[in-house]
Amino acid sequence: MSQPLLELRGINKSFGVVHVLHDVDFAVYPGQVTALVGDNGAGKSTLVKIIAGIYGRDTGDYYFDGQPVEVHGPRDVAALGVEVVYQDLALCDNLDIVQNMFLGREQLRRGTLDEPDMESRARETLTSLSVRTVNSVRQTVASLSGGQRQTVAIAKAVLWNSKIVLLDEPTAALGVAQTRQVLDLVRRLADRGLGVVLISHNMTDVFEVADRITALYLGRVAADVPAKDLTHGQVVELITAGRSGELGISENPATASV
Amino acid sequence: MTVETNDQPDAGGATTAVSAFSGDAVHTVSLGGAFQAYVARVRGGDMGSLPAILGLVVLMIFFSFASDTFTTNLNLANLVTQAGPICVLALGLVPVLLLGEIDLSAGVAGSTGAMAAGLLMVDHGQSWPVATVGALVVGIVIGLVIGLLVARLGIPSFVVTLAFFLGLQGVMLKFIGQGGSVRFSDQPLRDLAIKNLDPVVGLVGAAVIVAAFALLSLRTYRTQVTQGLQHPPLSLVLLRIGVMAVVLLGLVLFMNQNRSRNPNFPIEGVPRMLIVVMALLILWTFILTRTRYGRHLYAVGGNAEAARRAGINVTRIRTSAFIACTTMAVISGLLLAANTGKISPGSGGGNTLLYAVGAAVIGGTSLFGGKGRAIDAIVGGLVIATITNGLGLLNQASWINSVVTGGVLLLAASVDAISRRRRSAAGV
Repeated sequence: MSQPLLELRGINKSFGVVHVLHDVDFAVYPGQVTALVGDNGAGKSTLVKIIAGIYGRDTGDYYFDGQPVEVHGPRDVAALGVEVVYQDLALCDNLDIVQNMFLGREQLRRGTLDEPDMESRARETLTSLSVRTVNSVRQTVASLSGGQRQTVAIAKAVLWNSKIVLLDEPTAALGVAQTRQVLDLVRRLADRGLGVVLISHNMTDVFEVADRITALYLGRVAADVPAKDLTHGQVVELITAGRSGELGISENPATASV
Repeated sequence: MTVETNDQPDAGGATTAVSAFSGDAVHTVSLGGAFQAYVARVRGGDMGSLPAILGLVVLMIFFSFASDTFTTNLNLANLVTQAGPICVLALGLVPVLLLGEIDLSAGVAGSTGAMAAGLLMVDHGQSWPVATVGALVVGIVIGLVIGLLVARLGIPSFVVTLAFFLGLQGVMLKFIGQGGSVRFSDQPLRDLAIKNLDPVVGLVGAAVIVAAFALLSLRTYRTQVTQGLQHPPLSLVLLRIGVMAVVLLGLVLFMNQNRSRNPNFPIEGVPRMLIVVMALLILWTFILTRTRYGRHLYAVGGNAEAARRAGINVTRIRTSAFIACTTMAVISGLLLAANTGKISPGSGGGNTLLYAVGAAVIGGTSLFGGKGRAIDAIVGGLVIATITNGLGLLNQASWINSVVTGGVLLLAASVDAISRRRRSAAGV
């Protein structure tokens, strides 16, 4: 297997007395979709926020392209080419698609906004992702459906030649057809060579697009295996019980002496 | 990365049922198509300044029948001069309203600045440029304090500016004295309200503005066409230029007619105040549509959390909006003082601020933030000025004036709230 693009080793994180992550190892490979699954409170969000640089980590190492890197904040992570699309998308309803995609990074020419350049690049990115559902790049985000908003948020993350995109529950609020569009887009991102992390509760979605599945159970990695080696039922067991047959945490951490 | 293929909708013929648009439709077909799209937008609740323009027409027709003097040249020029301070104050409120905040103290803050200018000239013998700069500094400082209290401390702007509304009235009372007033007679400043522009200069200036607008519009259109960007039909661009030319040149030609009752002393030309208003309108249109700062104002007003995550310094944007507002308010206060010739402790209190808020909202700036243009404030200001001017001519008791203006403000806010609901329903 190729070298991981992003790798976290032995991550521990506590909030006060609550030990949220125990020696978590996590890897993202280029051109692959890695699904991060786990029950509520398993530590998915915490892990994503550590990757995004929003939280610091107590112990553990952060490797990018095989090199250890120091990450002190979201800007460092963005500079590495890691973009996070949060569940609430963070789009401005009153602005159009182009304006949203360039929000905070507007291109200037002679001190004024370079609208032609921004519009061309936004359209180019949407085209390269084969987004065919948007009527016009100059319509406001308020007029878009949930799936289209998700698409815009993902395109915004891809616009900056990012290498890794983390998607937090991208299909949670979507209907069947829109989920289809977003999953197709997720697959295309990976086919372009990006490392994609998909955080999801929906097993159907996970098995549809994921190459690898990393299951968290009570802050520990229960399994990190190729998706084709797992069945639907095994993943559910890993999520709910932390183990499934040979796989999983050998000792139940809930009852283990700490 | 074949952008060009987008220009031909469905060129490949591979259409899927739901997602029937390939890339996006670059061509808006025709003027008729653009008009239909506009009607659809209005029906969806995105009315812009349409209600204000319709209201202005209705008011103009009503007052021209109700009063014999309303349509005289003299009165309409007077109306423009009356509208000046309201328009400028409303223009200043736009950045604050875009953030979904309010500045109730703007009128009083503006007159406080004007008072500072008046005192500098009368009591300290300073020249008018020094006095003007002093007034602007007062405005910036007041705006900075309000902005910091709102953005850093997180006090609702309603409360902070209400406190300043009361406090600054006290400050003015202290400096001017009960029942007193500060003369505002320095010529260059007073002339803003009294003197007119030379008719020829006015006409040339208007022609230059129209020509510049036409040039910029056509250049933008050409860039959009050559780079395959989305663009309006050429006929719409030309129509916009035509409307702008008719309105601006018509106004100037109208103002260039002699409106004096005394044949020996002709009064003709555009009131100088209109130049100040025009310049500020152009400045704010540029800031709001062409600069990064303007874009960030809309972004923070639309979704502050999204703006923060995009790396925009929300606190700084908030603070700066209040500074911009009070600075504009000071300019408005100077114009008002030039118009009345004095500053009294009550200047800028009372109706001034409500007129300005009303003007901005009537023009189509949303009280909920994120939506509004500079020109909206001007159109709204004209509506308010027409109401006060017209009712004044009808010799109505002043209670009617207050009731009508209050009613119009309420009406505008209702239109804003309803159109917001329709927008969220129609998703425009």
